[in-house]
Amino acid sequence: METYSFLREMADSWALLILFVFFTGVVFWVFRPGATKVYENPANIPFRHEDKPAPDGDADAKEA
Amino acid sequence: MNYFKLIALGLITLFALIGANYARDLAYLVNALTIALVSAGLFLWVLRNTDEPVKQVDLSGEYMDGVIRAGVIATALWGVVGFLAGTFIAFQLAFPGLNFEWSQGLLNFGRLRPLHTSAVIFAFGGNALICTSFYVVQRTSAARLWGGNLAWFVFWGYQLVIVLAATGYLLGATQSKEYAEPEWYVDWWLTIVWLAYLAVFLGTIVKRKEPHIYVANWFYLSFIITVAMLHVFNNLSIPVSVFGSKSVQVFSGVQDAMVQWWYGHNAVGFFLTAGFLGMMYYFVPKQAERPVFSYKLSIIHFWALIFLYIWAGPHHLHYTALPDWASTLGMVFSIILWMPSWGGMINGLMTLSGAWDKLRTDPIIRMMVISIGFYGMSTFEGPMMSIRAVNSLSHYTDWTIGHVHSGALGWNGMITFGALYFLVPKLWNRERLYSLSMVSWHFWLATIGIILYAAAMWVTGIMEGLMWREVDANGFLVNSFADTVAAKFPMYVVRGLGGVLYIAGAIIMCVNLYLTVKRSPAVEASNSAVPAE
Repeated sequence: METYSFLREMADSWALLILFVFFTGVVFWVFRPGATKVYENPANIPFRHEDKPAPDGDADAKEA
Repeated sequence: MNYFKLIALGLITLFALIGANYARDLAYLVNALTIALVSAGLFLWVLRNTDEPVKQVDLSGEYMDGVIRAGVIATALWGVVGFLAGTFIAFQLAFPGLNFEWSQGLLNFGRLRPLHTSAVIFAFGGNALICTSFYVVQRTSAARLWGGNLAWFVFWGYQLVIVLAATGYLLGATQSKEYAEPEWYVDWWLTIVWLAYLAVFLGTIVKRKEPHIYVANWFYLSFIITVAMLHVFNNLSIPVSVFGSKSVQVFSGVQDAMVQWWYGHNAVGFFLTAGFLGMMYYFVPKQAERPVFSYKLSIIHFWALIFLYIWAGPHHLHYTALPDWASTLGMVFSIILWMPSWGGMINGLMTLSGAWDKLRTDPIIRMMVISIGFYGMSTFEGPMMSIRAVNSLSHYTDWTIGHVHSGALGWNGMITFGALYFLVPKLWNRERLYSLSMVSWHFWLATIGIILYAAAMWVTGIMEGLMWREVDANGFLVNSFADTVAAKFPMYVVRGLGGVLYIAGAIIMCVNLYLTVKRSPAVEASNSAVPAE
């Protein structure tokens, strides 16, 4: 089979399936039980460490 | 270390001068001399610092903000230059006499147009993205930039790209690919700078102290990686001579067109959308002082945008030699793209829920909100225009230009202005901006300017499209091309005026930011400029 036909066949079968499954997987993963609580912490990242980097072995890093 | 630098810089200077000597065209000559000048200057600078005692200071306890300050200044200045070029060429279209006889082949529309697009997208937008990404990645990773002075290399290297590209355009060096006009040697240099940028950004993320990578960084990272990929593929070309600027594309015909618009649309999707969404996800929560509306939605927004945008390119090639299935694919994905775009818009706007009163008191948040509004508007207009039937009316008309500008001036411009207003007091350690009423002036001038611009382009674009397809009872075309040009004159003047208002706002911003640095009171105590050693 010539390269074009082979790539074309891969693209609209397996590649399409993998991409689609990955994407729907992400959506389901985001709505997993307990996610709301988990994402509260990262949502507040912009409000920490405004002026200085966290020192080594910082408490903030551990609490998350 | 300095000895290696000196050898490298000396060799670069030598080769640039050899190149200038054998140069086959003027653009190459000027660019080679520019490179020689820059590397000779750097050679002297490094030489003067060689074997001088270096003070070892531990800087890991503070953020690297110098390069961000430089980036903020570059963003504001290149912005004014780009807007000025755009306003001038807008008037050139209305009044062709502005293509002066004495400046033919230098300052006529064809030479200035790529200068304008590259100046606003890559110089203004690019500098805004680089400096805000450096700011955001440090704050959200709680770590200093990785790579030390590599960030400065990225900054100055990028400015060199801009200068080489701009002088090249004016002197006629172009590979005729929209938004990718620079010739091969500029492309190669940009690739090096961009990989350094990726290294700095990724290195900072790797050494982050926050366990989670904040969503803004995901957007910035996808922008950096995708632009690197797009840039390399779209610029696969073979120079005709090492001593000339001309190069020949590796792809040809419809393949070349497809690669170009795969690049072109994803330049919009990843440069002007993903990167600026990174800005939105940091600066809107900061200015509103509350976390993003839904972190879950932001994750879905990210992956949906990444998965869909990359396929939308073929909608630029409806009714061409491109196979129908490909342009249908582009069209379908463009329409699906509407969903994540509006998901992102809702996420940005709803971040203000419970803080809507800030709209009345804070002109900066107003600027960010209207920018998100324009994002929603142009991401609705875009999918609609990608539908083949609509495209048959809108393509090649000024409607497209209007669409691009409502996105670029409205979304990219306004969110950048908002970010600059946020950044300058923080970076220069000021209590507040010099004047909030100047921000209000900027807001209204820019908004009215965009409305004049977009409305004029809708009218003239649809009129032009209808005039082109109008046939009489015998099936003959009614209008000649010159008829449409004549009919568009009033709208062209209105568009130019919109540009004047927009640039007036930008100049007010520059004055305001300058006075903020010079006149506003400094923050006392707990200031970030004090080294932590």
